[in-house]
Amino acid sequence: MGTLRWAAGRVGGALVVLWLVATAIFIGVRLIPGDPAEAIMGGPGSQASAEALAAARADYGLDEPLRVQYLMFLGKLLRLDFGTSYALRDPVLGIMGQVLPQTIVLSLLALLLAWVLALVFAAASLRATRVGAVLGNAVEIIAAAVPHFWLGAVLIMVFSSTLGWLPAVDNGTGAGLVLPVLTLALPLAGFLTQLMRDSLSTALASPFSLAARARGDSRLQVFWRHGLRHAALPALGMTGWAFSSLLSGAVVVEAVFARPGLGRALLSAVLSRDIPMVTGIALFSAAIYMVVMALTEGIERALHPAGVDS
Amino acid sequence: MSRWARIGSTLFVLLLLLVALVPGWLAPGDPLAIDPAEAFQSPSPAHPMGTDESGRDVLTRVVHGARDSLVIGIAATALGMGVAIVLGTAAALSPRWLDAGILRLLEALYAIPSLLMALLIIAFTGPGVGPAIVAVGLSTAPGYARLVRSQIRTLRHSEMLQAATVLGRGTLLRVRNHLVPNALRPLLALITLGVGQAVIWASALSFLGLGTPPPAPEWGAMLAAGRTYLHLAWWMSLFPGLAIVVVAAGATMIGRALGGKVNAA
Repeated sequence: MGTLRWAAGRVGGALVVLWLVATAIFIGVRLIPGDPAEAIMGGPGSQASAEALAAARADYGLDEPLRVQYLMFLGKLLRLDFGTSYALRDPVLGIMGQVLPQTIVLSLLALLLAWVLALVFAAASLRATRVGAVLGNAVEIIAAAVPHFWLGAVLIMVFSSTLGWLPAVDNGTGAGLVLPVLTLALPLAGFLTQLMRDSLSTALASPFSLAARARGDSRLQVFWRHGLRHAALPALGMTGWAFSSLLSGAVVVEAVFARPGLGRALLSAVLSRDIPMVTGIALFSAAIYMVVMALTEGIERALHPAGVDS
Repeated sequence: MSRWARIGSTLFVLLLLLVALVPGWLAPGDPLAIDPAEAFQSPSPAHPMGTDESGRDVLTRVVHGARDSLVIGIAATALGMGVAIVLGTAAALSPRWLDAGILRLLEALYAIPSLLMALLIIAFTGPGVGPAIVAVGLSTAPGYARLVRSQIRTLRHSEMLQAATVLGRGTLLRVRNHLVPNALRPLLALITLGVGQAVIWASALSFLGLGTPPPAPEWGAMLAAGRTYLHLAWWMSLFPGLAIVVVAAGATMIGRALGGKVNAA
C-alpha cells in the first residue's frame, strides 16, 4: 500500500469520525427535553432572557426544518465556526486557542516523562532479583491504579505543604509544571512499563539477540540496538491510547492544580451546560486524537515498514 | 492462576463484599452524623482515620462508601459490556459493509477520551449517580465492543458452531448458546480490570462534582471535600484515596491472575 493512499485513507477516516461525533452532538441537543434554544443557553435553570433565546434560535436556525438545521450546523463547523460560548460570551474558537496550548504542553511533557520512566523501569527490571521483580510488579500495578486526583493531592501534601519544595499553583515559572506533569505521567508510566517489559525480555531472549552477542556485540550494544527497538514498538502503538488517557487525566489534573486548559474549560462548560463550548471541545479532542493516531502510525511505518501491512 | 493468587483474590473479593453488604459490621457509626465539636480531629484511637470538616468519622465514611463505589463500578461495566456485546456481535455477524460501518462508529466513539465522553454525556443529562453510571459505561463500551467483535469472528467458523449448524440449531440459538458465552470467557479478565477502572472513573466524576452529590460517603466526593483542607487535614484526602487504590489494584491483580492484560480494553 502506497504512503499516499495510506495518508488519504487516514484523512478520510478522520473526517468520517468527526462527522459522526458532530452528528451525535446534534442529536443529543435535540434529545434534551424542552426548548432546544434553552438547552443551548444552559438548560431551564439558566433563566436566559427572551432576546438571548431569540438570538440562539436565529443562530441555530431552530425555526427551520430539522434537515436544514442539521446542514446549517455542519456548514458552520466546516468553516470552524463553533458559535459563541454562552457562559463566557466569547467565540468558542478563540477560547480554545487560549486554553489548548496549555493542555498540549502539559500532556506532551507527561507523555515524554512517562516514556522515559517506563524505559528506565523496564530496563532495570531485567537485572532485578526475585524480590526486586515482585516489588517492581507491585509498583507498576499500584501506579496504574492510582487516580490522578488523589496522586495530585498527595504530591501537593508532600512536596508543597510539607517540604515546601515546589509550588502547588503555577506561578509563571517552570516549577509550577513539575507536580502536574508528575501527576499525569506516573499512572501512564505504570501501564507502559508493563507493556515494555514483556516485549523487552522477549526480544533479548530471542535468537537475533543471541546472534548479535555471538558476533561480538556487548550486552549494552544488543540492548540499545535490538532490545530497545522491540520494546518501543508495542508501546508506540499505544501512543494514541496513551494520549487520549492523558487528555482524560488533564481534566482532573487541571482541576486539582487550578490550571487553565482544555479540561478545565470543558468542566466549567459541562457544569454550566454550555453546549457550543462542549461541542467545540469534543470535536477538538477527537481531532487531536486522530492526528496523534496518524502520527504514530506514520512513525511505526517508518520504523517497521514490513510489519504494517501484515 | 497460581494457588496463592487464587486464595488471595478470593479473600479480597469476600472482604470487599462483606464491607459493601454490611458496612455497619466494620463501622457501626452513622456516616452522616455531624459533630462540629469534633471537626478536623487527626487520626487517633477514637477516630483511626480522623474526622472531616463537620466532625464526621472518616473511617466510617470510607467503609460506607464502598457500596456506592462498587455498585457504580459494576453497573457501569455491566452496561458497557452489554452495549459492547450487542454491537460487537452485530458487527461480527453482519455483511461486510455493515461490519465496516459499525467499526467506524466504534472508532468514532473511541476517538473521544473516556472522561471527556463521560463529561459530554453529563452535559446532556445533568449530574447525578445514574448519569455517572451511564457516562462511565458508555465511554468504556467501544473498547469492549471491538474485542467482542474479534472474539466472535474467530469463533464463527469453529467446529463447535459447524456442529451446531449441522444439528439444525437456529441462528438465534447458536448466537445465544455458543457464540456469546464462548466469546465472553476470555473477556472475563478484562471485565475484572474494567471494574477497577470504572471505580476510578466514577470517583473522578464525583470528585469533579458530577457524580454522587455530597454529603453521601462516596470516595471521590470525599476527596473533593478534602481538597479544600489539604494543608490542614491530610487524613481527609489520604484515606478515601487509598480505598480507591486498594480496590483498583485488587481488581488489576485478579484480572492479571485470570490472564488479562492491562489497557487491552
